[in-house]
Amino acid sequence: MIVNLGATVVALLVNGVAYAMILFLMSVGLTITLGVMRIANLAHCGFAMFGGYLAFGLVATGHFSLFTALPLAVIGTMLLGAVLERSVYRWVYGTGQLGQILMTLGLVFIFVASGNLFLGSDLHAIPVPDWLSQVWIWDAIAISAYRVFIIAVSVGIAGICWAILEFTDFGAKLRAAVDNPRMARCIGIDVPLVFSITFSVGCGLAGAAGVLATQIMPLEPWYAFEYLVPLLMVVAVGGLGSLKGSFYAALMLGVVDTFGRYFIPAAGAFIIYFAVVALLLWRPRGVFARGTA
Amino acid sequence: MSNMTPALKIDGVCKNFGGLHVSRDVSLTLPVGARHALIGPNGAGKTTLVHMVSGLLTPSSGKIHLGGIDITHMAAEKRVALGLARTFQISSLFPQLTVAENIGLAYEARYGLDWRIWGTARNRREIVDNTAVLLEKLGLLELAARRIADLPYGQRRLVEIALVLALEPKILLLDEPAAGLAATERGALLDLLLRMPEGLSILVIEHDMSLVFRLAQRITVLVEGAILTEGTAAEIRGDERVRDIYLGSRHHG
Amino acid sequence: MSRPDDAAIDPRAIATTRAGFSRQGLSWIDLLPFAIATLVFFAGGRYLPLGTQVMIQIAFALSLDLILGYGGIDSLGHVAFFGMGAYGAGLFATHISSEPISGLAAAAVVGAATGLITGPLVLRTRGLTLVMLTLAIATMLQELGNASAMKPITGGADGLFGFQIAPLFGLFTFDLYGHTAYWYALGVVAFVFFVCKLVVNSPFGLAIRGIRENPVRMRMLGVNVTARLVTLYCISGALAGIAGGLSAQVTKLVGLDSLGFLLSGNALVMLILGGTGSLYGAIIGATIFVVLSDRAAAIDPFNWLFAIGFVLILAVRFAPQGVVGLINDALGRYRARRSS
Repeated sequence: MIVNLGATVVALLVNGVAYAMILFLMSVGLTITLGVMRIANLAHCGFAMFGGYLAFGLVATGHFSLFTALPLAVIGTMLLGAVLERSVYRWVYGTGQLGQILMTLGLVFIFVASGNLFLGSDLHAIPVPDWLSQVWIWDAIAISAYRVFIIAVSVGIAGICWAILEFTDFGAKLRAAVDNPRMARCIGIDVPLVFSITFSVGCGLAGAAGVLATQIMPLEPWYAFEYLVPLLMVVAVGGLGSLKGSFYAALMLGVVDTFGRYFIPAAGAFIIYFAVVALLLWRPRGVFARGTA
Repeated sequence: MSNMTPALKIDGVCKNFGGLHVSRDVSLTLPVGARHALIGPNGAGKTTLVHMVSGLLTPSSGKIHLGGIDITHMAAEKRVALGLARTFQISSLFPQLTVAENIGLAYEARYGLDWRIWGTARNRREIVDNTAVLLEKLGLLELAARRIADLPYGQRRLVEIALVLALEPKILLLDEPAAGLAATERGALLDLLLRMPEGLSILVIEHDMSLVFRLAQRITVLVEGAILTEGTAAEIRGDERVRDIYLGSRHHG
Repeated sequence: MSRPDDAAIDPRAIATTRAGFSRQGLSWIDLLPFAIATLVFFAGGRYLPLGTQVMIQIAFALSLDLILGYGGIDSLGHVAFFGMGAYGAGLFATHISSEPISGLAAAAVVGAATGLITGPLVLRTRGLTLVMLTLAIATMLQELGNASAMKPITGGADGLFGFQIAPLFGLFTFDLYGHTAYWYALGVVAFVFFVCKLVVNSPFGLAIRGIRENPVRMRMLGVNVTARLVTLYCISGALAGIAGGLSAQVTKLVGLDSLGFLLSGNALVMLILGGTGSLYGAIIGATIFVVLSDRAAAIDPFNWLFAIGFVLILAVRFAPQGVVGLINDALGRYRARRSS
């Protein structure tokens, strides 16, 4: 009995962390956009969707595998992000929150309609190579290899991002621009350019998440809406602009959601949203927000 | 006279933001009918002090009493109900509303009519009549239908003064009322301040020394968050240290 | 002394002052929508269900305009009131009474109660936090309705159905042709519209505009800003609840999509199409949106989304004040030309 419970907990933990890592990858771009660039961007989930669809399309041609399609999809999503940032996002930098909400909502609708145009309204997932779709069994514990793969790749990507932030020139400029945009401008950092690049990279990361997650978050036209709310919740609870915050928030939400749905199925997803509302009321700036003056 | 409760009593008030001490142990007493000025170089913490008195900031320590009542932690809107009113360094009005609507709102709030979801402000005699009288008294009647956003800066300053007068306050905090005004406008402002009712207590933050010396009975000098000195207009005028602060650069070299 | 001595005030001064207060009272323009609605009734029975839908969405959009256009509260969770009202009316009809007007009253009470509970929590926050909090609360309520534990009450994913609605005033049955439903909806929308007009023109309405322009100054006038906003939120919640209840009674069905984000999003689109902060914008925007989406959905539901998406983006860029804004601009230019 205990062994079974333990086994279940381990399996749930792996699933929960995998889901959390996907949420985290997606939220990196969003937390910067919302928290630092101060744009109410509802379309972020659409970039994850775009990456997923792009990779699916590449794999479907037969010339690419999951591993070769992933970097291409990321680059493609980054390009899309850059193009959109330079055009429609520019339009709403000065309009105030409502304008940004409405414009990005329009983008969401376009993402949804594009998804349908491309692949119809069925669910799609990118096929996983055989050696990854195994289930590792150890005693009573069953762990999905693909989930572990997701965790490994996500942590790897997060690690690369962290290394770039800590050790490179660009990383230093970004940290300066995030801390104090005005000051950064004064010392010669091209803040708009830094933010544009960051926005683009954030979209790319979301695209990566979209590619990796198709087994647990299948591709379908309403994807851009479907995961928007959990994503916004991760960013809100973590604190806008705080990467560390969204990491912990994603972990917490991913694990609580997975455990909650298993152990109290009658409550469904209500528990996690109740938790989010309670956390936001307790700490409106985000539970792990950066210190405020 | 001496046993009358002071209109405002600031007692050992400190304000820290993290490691930054913006106000250090400031104490100040305003008797009823006071004409008191608060002067000092930029960054001395004058506006911070006014924010604490009006309730937009809470002191880190110390107490503030309004007419004998402890308001240190009281909500800003409740202090207004006790008779406090203030202007801001940058005129704080309702830009898209007209002058009449701005003043009307003040009377509406004053008479507790702002919760009525029936009728109109336009049809309430308390609001319209009082607004008309005040606008006429201050020479702003012709501007009644103009939007604040369309008015030049000097007129906006004047409308803000009208706004706070509409609250019929007992104590008035003015944050640099003359800032940005042309010479003639400053004269009109001083005129207005000199004609204020005797029972009204006024605390003015100002850099315009001619206005300060002609209006204030007592002056407090604030430097780097702490009180340097306090005295009558004549005493401050003659104080070496005050002159140093304002003319310091000339002494060197 | 509440009023200065009458004899001393110059009547010209009073007139000049009064002219300074904006006038948003009822005028003949307000009859226009109702005239059009009446014409539609006689124009053809085919359009009645669509017309009823339009009116339900007009009521919803009006309630959103109150808090968004006038109050400046950017809410993405307004559907919560609609859905709570819908379930309220549905449950009322199922368990208590099938009388429609009391069902609507129940829906209003549920909507107002939701506003009273969530308002003080939500309205303490600002900006992006407020947006996301409204979204979280609405999603939370939807998941609550979806939870299998609630299935006996809400019907879960299947929704509430099978309840009857008694004849209106005991006389007019809600027939299959939708005649009664149409006039019923028209009456309800008229009520919602007049309540909105009342609130907006009142001293309370002026205070709300003041809060929107400069909340700090309102506090320094002695006004408890949060309390006023919560009141507005409750009124808006009650009206949105009425819209939801109307929908429930007319379609005799309450589904989880009455708590879904799509309704909030659509209402936002309606308001930007028509123009926020004017009430007429809500009417115009809702009409355009519902009619077009009905036509387009019949042709191709997904490509219709392309259209809405592009319209939204272009509207934000080129016509942020919506149709009402365009009309005002045109009127302004016309007046300028006439006076020169």
